[in-house]
Amino acid sequence: MMKFKTFFAFVAPSVFMMVLFIALPLVSVFIQSFQITQPVMQQMEVETCTPGFITQTCVTEIKTIPTIGEDGKVITTTEWVGFESYRNVLQMDKVWEAVASGNVKDILQIDFWKALRFTLMFTLLTLPLVIGVGLLIALTVNNAAKAVRGPVIFISLLPFIITPVIGSLSIYWLFVGDGILTAMMERWTGTNISMFAQAWTIELLMYFYRVWHVAPFAFIIFYAGLQTVNMDTLESAVIDGASRWERLRHVIIPHLMPLIVFIALIHLMDCYRVFEEIIGFRSQAHVISLQWLTFDFLTPDDAGNRAIARASASAMLTMIGIVFLLILPLRRTWRDHKGSAH
Amino acid sequence: MSTSRAMRQSLALRFSSSAFLIFWVVIASFPILWITVMSFKSPVDAFADNPLDVIMGPNTLSRGDGLSVIDIVLGLAVIFFTLRWMFTRLPGWIDSYSPAGLKVLGWVVGAAVYAIAFLVVFFGILPLILGPLNSILGPLGEPFLGLTTQHYVAVWGENEFYRNFGNSMLVTAGVVTISLTVGTLAGYGLARSGSDLAFWLLILALIFRALPHSVLVAGYLPWFINSAEILRPIFGDVSPTLYGQPWAVIAVLVAINQPFTIWMLRSFFQNIPAELDEAARVDGCSHFQAFRRVIMPVMWPGVITTGLFSFLLGYNDFLVTSLLLDAQNQTMVPAIAGYFNRETTTTDQVEAVAAAVSITAPLFLLVMVFQRQIVSGLTAGAVKG
Repeated sequence: MMKFKTFFAFVAPSVFMMVLFIALPLVSVFIQSFQITQPVMQQMEVETCTPGFITQTCVTEIKTIPTIGEDGKVITTTEWVGFESYRNVLQMDKVWEAVASGNVKDILQIDFWKALRFTLMFTLLTLPLVIGVGLLIALTVNNAAKAVRGPVIFISLLPFIITPVIGSLSIYWLFVGDGILTAMMERWTGTNISMFAQAWTIELLMYFYRVWHVAPFAFIIFYAGLQTVNMDTLESAVIDGASRWERLRHVIIPHLMPLIVFIALIHLMDCYRVFEEIIGFRSQAHVISLQWLTFDFLTPDDAGNRAIARASASAMLTMIGIVFLLILPLRRTWRDHKGSAH
Repeated sequence: MSTSRAMRQSLALRFSSSAFLIFWVVIASFPILWITVMSFKSPVDAFADNPLDVIMGPNTLSRGDGLSVIDIVLGLAVIFFTLRWMFTRLPGWIDSYSPAGLKVLGWVVGAAVYAIAFLVVFFGILPLILGPLNSILGPLGEPFLGLTTQHYVAVWGENEFYRNFGNSMLVTAGVVTISLTVGTLAGYGLARSGSDLAFWLLILALIFRALPHSVLVAGYLPWFINSAEILRPIFGDVSPTLYGQPWAVIAVLVAINQPFTIWMLRSFFQNIPAELDEAARVDGCSHFQAFRRVIMPVMWPGVITTGLFSFLLGYNDFLVTSLLLDAQNQTMVPAIAGYFNRETTTTDQVEAVAAAVSITAPLFLLVMVFQRQIVSGLTAGAVKG
């Protein structure tokens, strides 16, 4: 066993990095979400002249412009505004209005709720698909001749390691306006199809992309798990007359259960952060996600301003989801830890 | 292992099993394969309705860019032998030429020389040979497959994509080296300490891993933009503006990567028997000496695997680099977004495709070389539960 001092010396650099660049930024985001930093505005008489015929035309008007300090920079003030940024993001007044008027669907017009709806649906719908497709690939590869397994694993790894933005772009280009697959579908159906003009087709392609991208990860892990299935148990199940399906359900799947839980946990964490698809499919007009919403607030607008306060508020709201996501696995780990300590 | 009679599968099952496998292989490779084909065609061919036109490229051919049978055969032969010798001969050459103790440097130099030699042969010598050869051989020398590298020339030459490539390499190299240095120490410490503190640290790392990166960037941005003023009381006039600095992005990505790195390396170190360093300790080594003399020589497989995943994180990142770097020192992936904004003509679109393929090519090589390590890395964390 290691003494505390030695242990600390080993982990100190790593802990330092995580505190400085993860823990402190979180505190900062929390504080920022209750503040607003704005340039100090002042009213000034401004004379603007435009060259006219014979004489210049000059107009004097009172304008509100940012105050410039002595160092040549815009002076800003930071104010505590309580929950205002949260209200700006959540827009509860519009939500209640929609509920009151009976048009509950109108809620999904508001950016935050639109993003939340997509993020949750995306996370929950892709989960069973990834596990199912991953397991199916693992079973079929396990069933294939030894010589083809290496090449199949190689090809399967490609969608997994490809840069997510590039991966979604590669699918975007297949389906964009005159993309090859859209052209093919148009020839089959005889109608004009545009896959990126409405939300549901974009979402469909996003589900496809995510399963394409993550199923290889599930496949590799399940495949490794299949190598350790107890052959004796399988053979005795055969002798007991269990059909192939029953063997899968009662022997193989229970054996893989810890792996299924592991993949589900990783997938939930990663899917909740869905972001690159929005960039790759350029879907911001139709489909957005929670992480994209924060990203959008942080991107400078045409005037070069970043909505830091609203970004912080939407980031804190995103964090609530993480708490729900992690509560169950963490409780389990805690119980295991307490169990192993006694 | 002999399969018993009862385990044997019916023909229908075997057939549907292989059919599904073929289906998956096609789906997995098609998008990547197709954009690669597109990137070599003129815009008219790249977005043609008929798949055969995209593959054969009649429009590209009519503009005078095409390959003959001889071109294809010789070109493929060069590529085949380059890849083959990369695995069979290159390791031997590097072993014999690199001085002892500088193996790593030898590999870096060797790989670079090999890559340059390939480029010289493929783009320099091969066209010189093929020119006269095509004119001699008549019908065999007649171009029939439209193919052009003009989009790559435009992307890497006119649009100066090599700058973005350089920035990407800088950021990823920094992320990998620092992540691994910091992470191996922590991973070793965590693997060898059974204390409650180690447990809580790992749990905290798990929570940190789940955080969306945009949450963290929202925390950095105000500080990074104003860092020159904030740091002035401490560092005086040399205090830097962190926004737009590649090394600040490296630090951020290292931190984001730490939770994953320490989990993975911890599980690798747990597989190295603790008796090894205990024996060294009995001989009078301190923990650090034991780590340096006994553990370091045997830890490389785990470190390489973890390094691969750190590389992927740094290389694939879009969110952090696009928000924290400005246009002058942008990395490759966010630079692609620049193409969206001006992607008005179909030529721009195919150039964006060529840029995307350029980004994917190094990853393709990475899987070819390190397939086994990637697979072992994926399963290391999971199978142990």
